[in-house]
Amino acid sequence: MAASYRISGAGRFSHAKVAKFSFDGRPYAGIEGDTLASALLANGVHLAGRSFKYHRPRGILSAGAEEPNALVEIRRDAARRTPNVRATVQELYDGLEAASQNRWPSLSFDVGAVNDAFSPLFSAGFYYKTFMWPKTAWKSLYEPKIRAAAGLGVAPDQPDPDHYAARFAHCEVLVLGGGAAGLAAALAAAETGVRVIVVDEQADFGGALRFEAGARIDGQDGWTWAQGVVARLKAMDNVRVLNRTTAFGYYAQNFIGLVERVSDHLAAPGRDLPRERLWQIRAKKVVLATGAIERHMVFADNDRPGIMLVSAARTYLNHYGVAVGRNVGIYTANDSAYAAALDLKKAGVNVAAIVDLRDNPSGELVDQARAANIEIHDGRAVVRVGGKLRVNSMTVQKRTGGGERTLPIDALLMSAGWTPSVHLFSQSRGKVAFNDEVKRFLPGTYAQDCVSVGACNGTDGLAASVDEAYAAGAKAAKEAGGKAAKSAKPKVEASEGWSRGMLGAAPGAGPGTTVKAFVDFQNDVTAKDIRQAVHEGMRSIEHVKRFTTNGMATDQGKTSNMHGLAIAAEELGKPIPQVGLTTFRAPYTPVTFGSIANHARGALFDPTRRTTTHGWAEKHGAVFEDVGQWKRAWYFAKAGEDMHAAVNRECVTVRKTAGLFDASTLGKIEVVGPDAATFMELMYTNPWQKLAPGRCRYGLMLREDGFIYDDGVVGRLAEDRFHVTTTTGGAARVMNQMEDYLQTEFPQLKVWLTSISEQWAVVAVQGPNSRKIIEPLVEGIDLSDEAFPHMSVREGKICGVPTRLFRMSFSGERGFEVNVPADYGEAVWEALWAEGQKHGACAYGTETMHVLRAEKGYIIVGQDTDGTVTVNDAGIDWAIGKKKADFVGMRGMMRPDLVAPGRKQLVGLKTKDPNVVLEEGAQIVADPSQPIPMKMIGHVTSSYWSENCGRSIALGLVAGGREKMGQTLYVPMPDRVIEVEVSGTVFFDEKGERLNG
Amino acid sequence: MAKGAVKSAPAGVERRPALAGREATGKSVKVEPLGPAERVSLRASAESVASLSRALGLTLPQKPKTSAAKGSRIALWLGPDEWLVFDEEGKDLLGDCAKAKQLHSAVGISHRNVAISVSGPAAEACVNAGCPQDLSLAAFPVGACSRTVLGKAEIILYRPAEDAFRVECWRSFSDYVFTFLSEAARDAAA
Repeated sequence: MAASYRISGAGRFSHAKVAKFSFDGRPYAGIEGDTLASALLANGVHLAGRSFKYHRPRGILSAGAEEPNALVEIRRDAARRTPNVRATVQELYDGLEAASQNRWPSLSFDVGAVNDAFSPLFSAGFYYKTFMWPKTAWKSLYEPKIRAAAGLGVAPDQPDPDHYAARFAHCEVLVLGGGAAGLAAALAAAETGVRVIVVDEQADFGGALRFEAGARIDGQDGWTWAQGVVARLKAMDNVRVLNRTTAFGYYAQNFIGLVERVSDHLAAPGRDLPRERLWQIRAKKVVLATGAIERHMVFADNDRPGIMLVSAARTYLNHYGVAVGRNVGIYTANDSAYAAALDLKKAGVNVAAIVDLRDNPSGELVDQARAANIEIHDGRAVVRVGGKLRVNSMTVQKRTGGGERTLPIDALLMSAGWTPSVHLFSQSRGKVAFNDEVKRFLPGTYAQDCVSVGACNGTDGLAASVDEAYAAGAKAAKEAGGKAAKSAKPKVEASEGWSRGMLGAAPGAGPGTTVKAFVDFQNDVTAKDIRQAVHEGMRSIEHVKRFTTNGMATDQGKTSNMHGLAIAAEELGKPIPQVGLTTFRAPYTPVTFGSIANHARGALFDPTRRTTTHGWAEKHGAVFEDVGQWKRAWYFAKAGEDMHAAVNRECVTVRKTAGLFDASTLGKIEVVGPDAATFMELMYTNPWQKLAPGRCRYGLMLREDGFIYDDGVVGRLAEDRFHVTTTTGGAARVMNQMEDYLQTEFPQLKVWLTSISEQWAVVAVQGPNSRKIIEPLVEGIDLSDEAFPHMSVREGKICGVPTRLFRMSFSGERGFEVNVPADYGEAVWEALWAEGQKHGACAYGTETMHVLRAEKGYIIVGQDTDGTVTVNDAGIDWAIGKKKADFVGMRGMMRPDLVAPGRKQLVGLKTKDPNVVLEEGAQIVADPSQPIPMKMIGHVTSSYWSENCGRSIALGLVAGGREKMGQTLYVPMPDRVIEVEVSGTVFFDEKGERLNG
Repeated sequence: MAKGAVKSAPAGVERRPALAGREATGKSVKVEPLGPAERVSLRASAESVASLSRALGLTLPQKPKTSAAKGSRIALWLGPDEWLVFDEEGKDLLGDCAKAKQLHSAVGISHRNVAISVSGPAAEACVNAGCPQDLSLAAFPVGACSRTVLGKAEIILYRPAEDAFRVECWRSFSDYVFTFLSEAARDAAA
């Protein structure tokens, strides 16, 4: 095993327990508190992955969420495999298994690295050009190959066994970011008593105080102060502190999406613990304290393992107690690097040299570095590095050219300066403004009620940041209704200054076309790619971005955006603001599908609605079909029966004796009020004023445009009370349409609507023996034909419980629909079943219901109609109240097109061969020998085998269909042409005698 | 007889409530079905409120998100002309409404809705797993009510006590709502 790079006494976890882990199968030891990255570095491992396009060996660039290189797969078991986890974010736990990605057969020898040698083929925009010829090869060869080679990591191939939770929350002040600024803002807000939520993506709060060793606040070192503030906040009832939580999306009206990683850091998460929890927080005020991200230097081969950001090396040293090398070079364009050099030197790490691109850097830190005998090469650049799997030298040259000098190193730290993190601000639709003095995009025009503080607002220096944040927190809380704050503002006694740094390519990026000076590590975009994009005509940064993929995808340009922009601007000869900044998109970092779906999976994916007889039906062989969210019994198969046999038996049994059918899913609306009949007249085509209480009528509802919308039987319970039924699928929309018209068009009517769909369970008892079945159970209702004719409704009792009993039929047989309060539904069904057994009745499902109604030519709205069918098309003009002055759809149905001749009309279709059953949806033509494409004159809407008719039956919509009675039409199918004869729509009991049979 | 079945009127068939026998507990929250109740969907304009209040024996609330309770009877404001009135002792609400002479619509929905109790220190967190409303005591005090959503289902939410909610939903959604709350209870902590 490699020698340890852990420095005893350094870092904040020196007494932590050992945690064993493996990387690519090799065992290592880290300590609890490590990230996978810090643990690998402690073992001297820098090589962590292969790049996306060129398969170049890559190390660890950062110590945070901006990591573009060290993306690994974390495995708990075969199903729990997460690709593209940032090693810099993944906390170590005992037994953690990690594997590198995008390499074969191994990380140190990767065949795919030939892409690096062939890189001219894969230059910017290569997929638009290289593979254009021959054209046919794109689909068959190039695209599949590129798709197979593309992408990082492998998606898991098993269902995710973890569970995910969700929580909505509200607060007055939401602080995003828990560094010094965020904590100061949270403290100020919290002390006013308002509800505060403060979040940070790291395991521990503190932000840049993790590495900034020179900070002192309120008499403590910065880190200790931060932990003290967190403890104070946690102790307050009005504060919620969320660590390991990333605000990934900023939506309208201060609605923020966040994901909390609850158990990814635990060796053995409890069974009840979700893996992640999605927070959706609505905040009166948002304080953005998202900090800044350090930029790398753009020079040749700046992606070699061992080359990393200065702040990362400092974090590994000061927080984790890990030295990233023993002989470290530093390449910088700003002051931050000097503090790192001093820290490293103090920890016993040799600093080979600081190469500073600036001429004559000055200041306290520079003086201290000189005093510590650290070599400083100012006005110089690193133009080249040695080493492939690990950097081993740097070559330094004057910025203006000249002699070179090569220094041996085992790690190289770089800093081009700091980019304020304006991702969330930009997502909030805020407009950034370029500050030319400091060469940064900073929050400019705000679109939502939020404020930026600290480094993300371009505020340099800890004291200024804390002051600004504290004031902003107090102001936000006060505006959100908080009391005046009591406590004193945190006092910053010492801090390190940040300076502006530089943007774009350094001299080492070379003008040549072979140098690979990376701008975007994750997407393998180099300085020459950006230049090439400009040469090929891209002018807008949005085009450059898409052409090169710079700053795209999961990386969202955290380290690359500003460099890419600066290089493009230079090449275009325009100032940066004129080239523009690309838009930042959610999510800030990748979010799992699991957390987005959270509870909505398995049984909770969507509500499954079951009727009261569902359990009974299951026990009696029912096969169910989905009708919207409902499960409905489709058919009841007896032993040895297939669907066809079961349906045939059910159809025959209903017409021979009787059948029971659960019709509970039909929509039901109680329409109550003195104007109930007037309202019904307006909503339905039918007349209702003269319908006597106790009688029913088939109701037909149109849309404003005159097409059929819904139908159902309506019973009048009293002068001022109707029991309306709708189709199952139409229940909600019919209620909405009625309520809509009532509130907007007919508000003068005194009538109210109440959904009673689920108040009543409905058992349809249909067939010649139906009366005999219900008779013994019914009390208080005279069931004789004289007292209770077809299309009547009565209230009474059945099985001792209240019922609304309808005499009606959707089968063409004598029939009843028994409505009982839903909790009695199953017991009443069982009682009816017991009676039915005495008469040989069956239970039947929706398929038989469909066949029986088709035998009678009764339409199903949504099957025989499709939103373009008029009342006349469907052949049910009798349902229109001819004397009515108005109803919804009346004017629409008079439109010229809706009354023009030649419209498709509903007709019956009988196949010449009675044994052939047509396919629903099949097209109908007049002449089967015409050339393709044929003129289609209609289609089949319903088609079944009818055991009762001894032949197939079908309904269809055919142009001018009613004038084609008796004519032969054709249904061309892939294997044959089926001859059909146009007929009437009623196939069984044409005179309707069986309704009283 | 099915588990949890309730006998009705002497000659009647048994009543089988939708969630009979189900229960779920989390670390600090309990989810359980509530028994049957008499329920009425009451619709009336402002001029009828006094008459209906007298008939029902409680003052119908007229402010959004408020309720009124008297004995076993509770009225929830659901809209400017809409109340859900329920009586946990099953007293005849439709009969009482009929005594009011002023114009109104009273529709029996005792069986349409199913009630679920969510109680315990984490009740608020449990409901907030799927309900986007601010349920803090300041925004949703004891006695507050609202027609809202839980996950993908519509619910009526009522807070009888600081650490208790009554969740009402339509019968066929009760399995979903109960399962959702049970899952949420696993995660909810006060």
